[in-house]
Amino acid sequence: MADFLLELRCEEIPARMQAGARNELEKLFRRELEAAGVAVGDLTVWSTPRRLALIAKGLPSETQAVREEAKGPPVGAPDQAVDGFCRKNGVERESLETRDVKGRATYFAVIEKPGQAVSDLLAAAIPVIIRDFSWPKSMRWGEASISSESTRWVRPLSGIIALLDGEIVPCVTDGLGCGRTTKGHRFHSNGEITIDGADDYAAKLRDAFVIVDHEARADIVREGARKAASEAGLALVEDEGLVIENAGLTEWPVPLLGRFDEAYLDVPPEVIQLTARVNQKYFVCEDAANDAGSLANAFVCTANIAANDPAVVVDGNRKVLAARLSDARFFWELDQKKTLAEHAKGLERITFHEKLGTVADKVDRVAKLASWLVFDAKEPNGDHNLTRQAAELCKADLVTEMVGEFPELQGLMGGYYAAKEGLPREVADAIRDHYKPVGQSDDVPTAPTTVAVSLADKLDNLLSFFKIDILPTGSKDPFALRRAALGYIRLVQANNLKLSIDTVVHAWRGNRDAALAEKLTAFLLDRLAVQLRDEGVRHDYIAASRDWGSQPDLRIDRVEARARALTSFLGSEDGANLLAGYKRAANILKKEEWNAAPDGLGEEDPLALAGKPEFDAAMGGAKDAGLSYTPEKAEKALIDALDIAAPKAADCVRLERFEDAMAALATLRAPIDAFFDEVTVNDDDPAKRTARLDLLARFTRAVGNVADFSRIEG
Amino acid sequence: MSSEHTNPAQSTALTGRDPSKSFQDMILTLHDFWAANGCVILQPYDMRMGAGTFHTATTLRALGPEPWNAAFVQPCRRPTDGRYGENPNRLQHYYQYQVILKPSPADIQELYLDSLKAIGIDPLAHDIRFVEDDWESPTLGAWGLGWEVWCDGMEVTQFTYFQQMGGFDCKPVAGELTYGLERLAMYIQGVDNVYDLAFNQHGVSYGDVFLENERQMSKWNFEVAETDALFDLFAKAEAECRNALANDVPIAAYEQAIEASHVFNLLQARGVISVQERASYMGRVRDLARSSCEKYAEKMAPEWAAKYPEWSLV
Repeated sequence: MADFLLELRCEEIPARMQAGARNELEKLFRRELEAAGVAVGDLTVWSTPRRLALIAKGLPSETQAVREEAKGPPVGAPDQAVDGFCRKNGVERESLETRDVKGRATYFAVIEKPGQAVSDLLAAAIPVIIRDFSWPKSMRWGEASISSESTRWVRPLSGIIALLDGEIVPCVTDGLGCGRTTKGHRFHSNGEITIDGADDYAAKLRDAFVIVDHEARADIVREGARKAASEAGLALVEDEGLVIENAGLTEWPVPLLGRFDEAYLDVPPEVIQLTARVNQKYFVCEDAANDAGSLANAFVCTANIAANDPAVVVDGNRKVLAARLSDARFFWELDQKKTLAEHAKGLERITFHEKLGTVADKVDRVAKLASWLVFDAKEPNGDHNLTRQAAELCKADLVTEMVGEFPELQGLMGGYYAAKEGLPREVADAIRDHYKPVGQSDDVPTAPTTVAVSLADKLDNLLSFFKIDILPTGSKDPFALRRAALGYIRLVQANNLKLSIDTVVHAWRGNRDAALAEKLTAFLLDRLAVQLRDEGVRHDYIAASRDWGSQPDLRIDRVEARARALTSFLGSEDGANLLAGYKRAANILKKEEWNAAPDGLGEEDPLALAGKPEFDAAMGGAKDAGLSYTPEKAEKALIDALDIAAPKAADCVRLERFEDAMAALATLRAPIDAFFDEVTVNDDDPAKRTARLDLLARFTRAVGNVADFSRIEG
Repeated sequence: MSSEHTNPAQSTALTGRDPSKSFQDMILTLHDFWAANGCVILQPYDMRMGAGTFHTATTLRALGPEPWNAAFVQPCRRPTDGRYGENPNRLQHYYQYQVILKPSPADIQELYLDSLKAIGIDPLAHDIRFVEDDWESPTLGAWGLGWEVWCDGMEVTQFTYFQQMGGFDCKPVAGELTYGLERLAMYIQGVDNVYDLAFNQHGVSYGDVFLENERQMSKWNFEVAETDALFDLFAKAEAECRNALANDVPIAAYEQAIEASHVFNLLQARGVISVQERASYMGRVRDLARSSCEKYAEKMAPEWAAKYPEWSLV
């Protein structure tokens, strides 16, 4: 058993690429060794800005010898065929063996593969790993780059260590030989460091001011930043992304706290935090004691040196941050010299999409739709004028300097500027929050004005792009339509909205467009299925709920309610059994090709008929009265149960009380089971057979009116 | 280039140079450093341009197989960055220090760090970092990978390995260093306002040299420049570029592309190019610059291939 150490040293690897590089190194190492027949156990993979390292413990020193046999042509086959077989297997004709295969003498080639030294396999594998390594972006460098074919790496590769049980694995890549020397920290270490093997690697680098374990560096950044903040009486604003980025930018991380001029705290805290994080990779802090939760005039930067005088480093960083904050404050003040309404005029110059006009055009559509939502649809029931105003101003911040600098502050800045110019709070909040919900953990708006603008914005995105046939395909969704659809769904859910997409489409384009409404609804239901999957609502339950009557249901809230009721019903014993009974009945009817509908309902939409006398008679009327024979006990029991359950279930469906509708169906479970146990459907008497098939048809219709059980799988 | 670097900081006592006290001493120290490390020290290109990368010593010399090591100061014109001399950091005219090393030497990062030491930045006192920053110039059909170099969180240098220029693979790859001289000097001198920089050790400030220039040029860029004449200049530069290309003098064509690029920037500053027109003008400049680079590479290719049999243009 042998331990192997590989270090690929290069110039600074971008922090964001290091996690992927570790995975890639592990994947390729396993691929190459396993292909050569070497079992690879646990691997340790580390990264710093200047190196990737891999340690494989317990590798064998040799692979097993292997004996393989290959069956060839029969004895007496043409020479060409036999020679070809020999060539293919790399053996001489004389060495072929002859065996009996089903009574025929047949040639066999026996190939002995001796064991190979793992060191040789590694020497062959390392150049392949380097060649096949996939970086998000890679480059050529140096003298070798006079050819386009020279080695590519993320930045110039400067050294390789490959040691198997302390012995150098001899390999050469583009003039770089493997050895046992590396370099320590760029500034805290001089000259070369000689490594004995996998065991002393991390410790020797640590002595040279390199913490090679990226997680150990992340711990230092995380803990050090917290400590620096708490020592100053502050609380760090935790940011795991920054922890990992700073760990990826340093080999010897030293978190340091600095202060900036308190006057900058006039600028919104989100702006300060973003400036510090995005441009400078700094953490920010909050006041811990009296003014808890408000941003403090402090930052934590992470140096890559144990500086002679940390105060000098901190002061340099403070100056840079001050210049950034000064720019931010300049934008903040400049933007306020115009009202949002004045800014909004600038939207006429911004193209939303080449086929969909300008952002100003979009805003007009959103304002119209948002007004309709609160005024005509009363979903949600908000103030018409406030909603219109919020919608008209919701995109104005896109042309402000601040959002130009920090696009991720869209919405938020509009909200701040609206509040600053004294617009009503509902308007400012709606502008601020109308992009929500964005992420999974994002709050879903509930204020009526905000809900209306947010819904209108998302619906306009969806309808506009659907109208010009731009739909997401595979992983490509450049206009974030899936996110818009999910946002719409979550708004509907959080606010119990009962919007029908056909009325929305009507309001949006001024006339009905059934095709567009159905296209959008189908897309929304796909997203709904993805969202509800995690809650155990199966996609086929949604499929079973997606029609209302015989038409697609254009209210996704209703589809969801029905699918949820189905989920809990079919999870119960009654539900599961009833489903089995339904399937059995449906199979019999299908086998008998029984689609006669003597009660005259046929394929018509029972819900459209609900409440009409002929419908109620059909659903609830005492059908057995017309029987020409005396029904059996179980038959009578099913008829009686249906007489009660069918109209009740239909009523509940009409009232959208799906749980109750399912409960009504549950009363059919025992009768249908008993019916199948005790009654022969295919009776010799044609009258009985007809009546019983009609009864089963009636049963499947009653069940099918609650949900389309035929779409349920399994 | 020798692998033993020469550190001219040691000779400071003889020359009396002190990069921490004078802008020009910092520049002269960089000249000494890079001259000692094998670079030809060039003077600025005598045309108005937006970045040192436009200098033919960078763009055109990045093409082809021949080794090329050069360093120079290039004044940069960014008309829209003018602030009438009222902003402590922003100027419509400033200096970049460019170093181009082809092929990129294996110790290029160490060389660069030694140059920082030469001008007085001690990497154990200041936190020097190489932070991912890739470079792309669609105008030149060029891109490269590299970093922005941070000194205590401030970007002081752009460090790029050119991968393509004029649409051609760089064979071999050149390393390009672009130092922001005013920023570096402000840092080294501990000054918060660019106009307060000491230009020399004899009492002349950066403001003494450039403040009035910034005031007048900002006014001209934003308010005065005759736009009809500028449109005319643009058209003439474009036509002349085509003329030069047609007559197989791509260096002359490239100069006209630089001219057109700067005139376009002036038109931008005058605010007379609409959003829709902007893309079209940029496309025209890109066309000129790329055509010039392409023509240059194609014209030189036979000569290069004869000298370097292992090299080919594509």
